[in-house]
Amino acid sequence: MSEDNGDDTTDSADEARAEWLVDYESSRLRDIPFETMSGVPLEPMYGDSPYPGQFPYTRGLFPAGYRSRLWTMRMFAGFGTAEDTNARFKELLRNGGTGLSTAFDMPTLMGRDSDSSWALGEVGHCGVAIDTLADMRDLFAGIDLGKVSTSMTINGPAAILMAMYVAVAEESGVGRSGLAGTIQNDILKEYQAQKEYIYPPRPSMRIITDMVKFTTAEMPRWHPVSISGYHIREAGSTAAQELAFTLANGFAYVEAALAAGEDIDEFGRRLSFFFNSHSDFFEEIGKFRAARRIWARWMKERYGAKDKRAMMCRFHTQTAGVSLTAQQPEINIARVATQALAAAIGGTQSLHTDGFDEAMALPTEKAARIALRTQQIVAHETGVAAVADPLGGAPFVEWMTDEMERQAEEVFEHLEALGDGSMLEGVYEAVENGYFVGEIADSAYRFEREVNAGRRIIVGVNAYTEGAEDDAQNLLRIGHETEEYQLKRLATVKQERNDADVADALARVTADANDPNINLMPGLIEAVRALATEEEIVMAMESVFGTYVERAIV
Amino acid sequence: MSLRGLGTEEIFERAVAGERRALGRVLTFIERAGEDADIITELSHPMGGQAHVVGITGAPGAGKSTLTGQLTRLLPDLGLRPAVLAVDPSSPLTGGAILGDRIRMDDMAGDDVFIRSVATRGHAGGLALSIPGGVRAFDAVGYDPVIIETVGVGQVEVDVVGAADTTVVVVNPGWGDAVQANKAGLMEVADIFVINKADRPGAADSRRDLDLMLDLSHVTGQERSSGYRPPIIMTTATEGTGADELWDAIHAHRGHLASTGELDSRREARHHYEITHRLEQLVSAGIVTALAEDDGAMLVADVAAKRISPSQAARTLAKRLLR
Amino acid sequence: MSEQTSDSNANIRIVLAKLGLDGHDRGIKIVARILRDAGMEVIYLGLRQTTDSIVAAAEEEDADAIGLSMHNAGHLTLAPAMIEALRVADLDIPLIIGGIVPDMDVETLIGAGVTAVLGPGAPAEEVVEAVTKAVADAS
Repeated sequence: MSEDNGDDTTDSADEARAEWLVDYESSRLRDIPFETMSGVPLEPMYGDSPYPGQFPYTRGLFPAGYRSRLWTMRMFAGFGTAEDTNARFKELLRNGGTGLSTAFDMPTLMGRDSDSSWALGEVGHCGVAIDTLADMRDLFAGIDLGKVSTSMTINGPAAILMAMYVAVAEESGVGRSGLAGTIQNDILKEYQAQKEYIYPPRPSMRIITDMVKFTTAEMPRWHPVSISGYHIREAGSTAAQELAFTLANGFAYVEAALAAGEDIDEFGRRLSFFFNSHSDFFEEIGKFRAARRIWARWMKERYGAKDKRAMMCRFHTQTAGVSLTAQQPEINIARVATQALAAAIGGTQSLHTDGFDEAMALPTEKAARIALRTQQIVAHETGVAAVADPLGGAPFVEWMTDEMERQAEEVFEHLEALGDGSMLEGVYEAVENGYFVGEIADSAYRFEREVNAGRRIIVGVNAYTEGAEDDAQNLLRIGHETEEYQLKRLATVKQERNDADVADALARVTADANDPNINLMPGLIEAVRALATEEEIVMAMESVFGTYVERAIV
Repeated sequence: MSLRGLGTEEIFERAVAGERRALGRVLTFIERAGEDADIITELSHPMGGQAHVVGITGAPGAGKSTLTGQLTRLLPDLGLRPAVLAVDPSSPLTGGAILGDRIRMDDMAGDDVFIRSVATRGHAGGLALSIPGGVRAFDAVGYDPVIIETVGVGQVEVDVVGAADTTVVVVNPGWGDAVQANKAGLMEVADIFVINKADRPGAADSRRDLDLMLDLSHVTGQERSSGYRPPIIMTTATEGTGADELWDAIHAHRGHLASTGELDSRREARHHYEITHRLEQLVSAGIVTALAEDDGAMLVADVAAKRISPSQAARTLAKRLLR
Repeated sequence: MSEQTSDSNANIRIVLAKLGLDGHDRGIKIVARILRDAGMEVIYLGLRQTTDSIVAAAEEEDADAIGLSMHNAGHLTLAPAMIEALRVADLDIPLIIGGIVPDMDVETLIGAGVTAVLGPGAPAEEVVEAVTKAVADAS
């Protein structure tokens, strides 16, 4: 409903519509006919206030929906050495791409070097292996970092990787203020779901706050946190839990940044989100719509944002990897299609569609291509992009949106009570007392039991299983060459660097970590320049911050 | 080591010689009761008596396991070999259990620390027998101290932990926890209080409240005859602070027990407790057998036919049992 | 004898763990509950375990079986490493691998000494059955 409490609601509704029309007409539209495939002309949106592009953005962030711009089809991929990935980046750029998306291997994500005993069998497997600045140079060699936007999916050691990115750019003559991109850096969901944490929550939050401060001051085109529900859902949560926990994490980051004296309108507009699109079509659509509404209201009403951009919940979406079945893998194409459609109707800003064979391994090239084609079909053939919020106003969809919001608000109340009025403290407490992992494990188990009892049909798994016999598996395998290459490379770097410089830089990192008033980023940039390895830097901070071990909530 | 083909005595010998898996099996024998357990009891009873038995208890989530982990990490450096019996509840529906305490304790535990997870159900003799049996085995093999870590709910748990040489009660800041502990009877058994999560607001208040409770217990005449007043230790287990202070307090309490002769009286009470439970078990088993036998069944039939009363039947059976 | 022995699962103790860096624990937590609900005692070690920590736990807990969950395509490295660690420790208990293991690798793992492999979406009865059978065959 309109925020205007004027006594003549008809007037204010008319006013909202007039405003929307002005905004719509000033939008630059794609040059295609907005009509059905049979030639029936379509309005840009149907229904009443609030209109698309208007607070609280339930109906979308932009007045023209996808008429002005389709969602970005961002496909996340990558494995092997920095050089392998660099070659693919260049290929992508030659084909007109402007955004690079970097996936790191498990040791890198966990702050371990390729020569750690923990890295055995994992080097270069699920992403690129980065140990030192030398690898980062190879990764971006020959690419003008002033002209691309780079997304880095990393959390625990994010500050170190961001420091490497800054150092590589500056070596190539691009100042840090010219860098554009996003780093996932959402540590709270690691404790809740993905489990790629290193330090306990509070020191981790200090690192993130330092990164928010640093980027706000020196990297204005950089998004320092992408608040991610995707992994919460993959870990087995319900849609409402994904929504609630993710937004609560968002509130926690906001409160931490506010406490550090940052301006909400400055950092607020640089926060973005990442959601899952699962199989229950209307529930997902309700979830996406509720996310925008809740975020806008809280940012405006609770945290005092004035800039509209700081109230907008911008999000990337990925289809639900967990929904893909190993049985009859081709039918996953249909699952991905309906999930992609839900994300589009839900108004996502960008979308990754999963490969049909991803239940068992990284996608083959063919599976990745089919996945991209799937979202291209949704974008260009279904007509869904012609009308903003096409299901808005439908009683069921509006009810579902309200229901998602209601369930999320219940969670917020619980967390707020835990934190004595502070969402940040509430989230810390709920991490520590196992609330999040317990809730997620309960939901996952409940779902599993339903499937097991046959109360919930999963096609190909507990029903319609004929046809599984002729599944010829053609899976992507990764050899050991990457590991061997990377180990040699790391050994060479360690041999050739100046050990005294490394020791000095690491000592500074530890000293900085000991003083909460010092921003960690400059010391980290110095350390990566000295060719300290990722793990060495992680350990230098670990000596102050300690490590995190999850309580056993099963 | 593989234990295939070994008899109970040999397995016990290997446990004494320091084989980890053999000790693991010995503890299984004890949990499952029966003949093997009896053999172990006979073998281990003469050997022990050295280990300091420490009970650590408190509400779920108070941080007992993490604190226990901190202690066990500290002790090998002091030349000690701690063992832990970590008790977790079984599912009341299925009797199964998920035992997750190791996760919080095991972080850096090496060969010097032995941790055994124990479910509250699923032991033929019940916790009241399996815990003293486990303590005795650890003691015989040379572990010292032996720490029993259990949630302070349920009478058996409280009894078991209260029968330790030194009982540590862990509470968190905030009134609720202390009140709960009081209700559960934990305040009665505490030799040392720990306020864990002492970095949280309300820690100082909790300390004051606990002090007040201790004062009141003086007033109401519950003061221990020796004048020992349980100390209150502030810890933050997740950061490892306070664990050394806690160990000092445990050590000091042990000194107090030894100097006042209370150590002997506590151990006597422990034996009393264990014998009582063993006796109860023997008697219960006897009752089941007696009733199942022919003349037992006849007595039941007599009661049904109103030839004798239920109490007469019971007295007749009791005479036979005690013969 | 006591009531527990009437149910053959009641005396089964199984160590469940994630070996290595892989943090996907949805599946292993579900399996832990399935086995608990079948009456077993599950010693849950959680994430980031090493072959040494798993051997130590299995010995101290006198486990009847070990279950490892793998989701990072590391099974061909990690499962043989676990088998080797069990061999070195002379710990003769079955190892069951669950998680994402492509069909073509199952035989390799069985050949390396893994007792059973449970794929994603294995129904509860299959999980319980696999553990019960592995333990029965081993004793």
